[in-house]
Amino acid sequence: MYGNLVIRPEDIENWGKKVHEEDPEKLAEFEARIERGEKIEPQDWMPFEYRRQLIRLIEQHAHSEIIGALPEGTWITRAPTFRRKLALMAKVQDEVGHAQLLYSAAETLGKPREAMINDLLSGKSKYSNVFNYPAKTWADTAIIAWLVDAGAIINQTTNSKGSYGPYVRALERICWEESFHLKYGYDSVVYLATGTPKQRALLQDALNRWWRPIMHFFGPPDNLSVHTEKLVKWKVKLATNDEMRQQFLDMYVPKIWELGLTIPDPNLRKNPETGRWEYSDPNWDEFWQVINGNGPCNKERIAVRRFAEEKGRWVRRALLESQARYVTPLA
Amino acid sequence: MSSLDPRIRRAEPELWTLSTPPLDSLEHWPTYEVFVQRMRGGHAQHVGSLHAPNPEMALVLAKEQYARRSQCVALWVVPTEAILWTSPADEDLFQPAVDKSYREPQGYLNTRERLEKYRDRLQATSHD
Repeated sequence: MYGNLVIRPEDIENWGKKVHEEDPEKLAEFEARIERGEKIEPQDWMPFEYRRQLIRLIEQHAHSEIIGALPEGTWITRAPTFRRKLALMAKVQDEVGHAQLLYSAAETLGKPREAMINDLLSGKSKYSNVFNYPAKTWADTAIIAWLVDAGAIINQTTNSKGSYGPYVRALERICWEESFHLKYGYDSVVYLATGTPKQRALLQDALNRWWRPIMHFFGPPDNLSVHTEKLVKWKVKLATNDEMRQQFLDMYVPKIWELGLTIPDPNLRKNPETGRWEYSDPNWDEFWQVINGNGPCNKERIAVRRFAEEKGRWVRRALLESQARYVTPLA
Repeated sequence: MSSLDPRIRRAEPELWTLSTPPLDSLEHWPTYEVFVQRMRGGHAQHVGSLHAPNPEMALVLAKEQYARRSQCVALWVVPTEAILWTSPADEDLFQPAVDKSYREPQGYLNTRERLEKYRDRLQATSHD
């Protein structure tokens, strides 16, 4: 009743159970609580499938933040002004901080942090596909900070209405910090869009290269996406991929057009009858290719993470044994 | 490595392989719970947790993690294992076992009524 519960697989009575094997009474009570809008906390009973899906979701989100710092980080050493350099460093630091918050939230479900890092490095855990593309010019960082972060905010604001307390609390804080990223990104884009013809061309070129990955960002279309019904009921997933993509297009296409930029899709238009955006097939084969490790930067991203993990390993190990002392041999 | 990032080109991460095995999943630094006092005179509030090798480092990391972008006048860190808590599943612990209205303001709602009745009675007798 009182105490220090360490959540480990052996402490969880329903570890590994399928939904239909769960205690029906407990499951009904759990679903009723979510229906009433209550938050589920780490010590509460939850179906194993809920735990498993949340670990997968939050862990992927954490990995996306930590890997997501890399494409933009490419340009820290060559930012065009000192102010932009400071802003970019602050943004990258925020992203790494978000990863820490999310790893902590995932840990409350019983997966240790080292296990998550090891699974990222072995390729067992995924992260957002969009970060497997290169930031070729400074303008790429502006497009990332504006449009990729805009996508992330839509995704995170949606998820922050979810049912799992620790994840929701982390997301509230993250969304609050992301609002600076969006402003900074938009300012960088507008600066280039209102600059010299060369700066405009640089920006247009970056938009051309990032549009497809951004269309992929919310995941495959609803008719190709698996596991949703249960996750919607449990408030793990609060909007479908297509709903979030439509919301993004509604909010940002007019802003992109306002800058006089061309979106590299001749079929993109809002159907006045349905009120929905129509667009060319963004090549979902490419999406699956990149997820499965064959994107332009997958190898580099993981190599950099592994490098950081291995170079820091001795420090983490040494500090684990902080009581150990070197003793001079007696004789 | 043909990276676009000059720092990565210099570091040559692909040439690095250490022979030490990865840390075991339970070989991590202990966790600390972090509390932030946002203004003088206010309560310190729990804001989250973090991993740190010792209390001093926990404070340093908490400053980066939880006081980086928000107002803070004081920061506390507490080893998670030092906290003794009750589970929300046991919330009935805090329900009174018997009627305890005598110790709540709501237990004293008819005082005014009694006074008014008394006044009415007094008026009635003075008219007689």
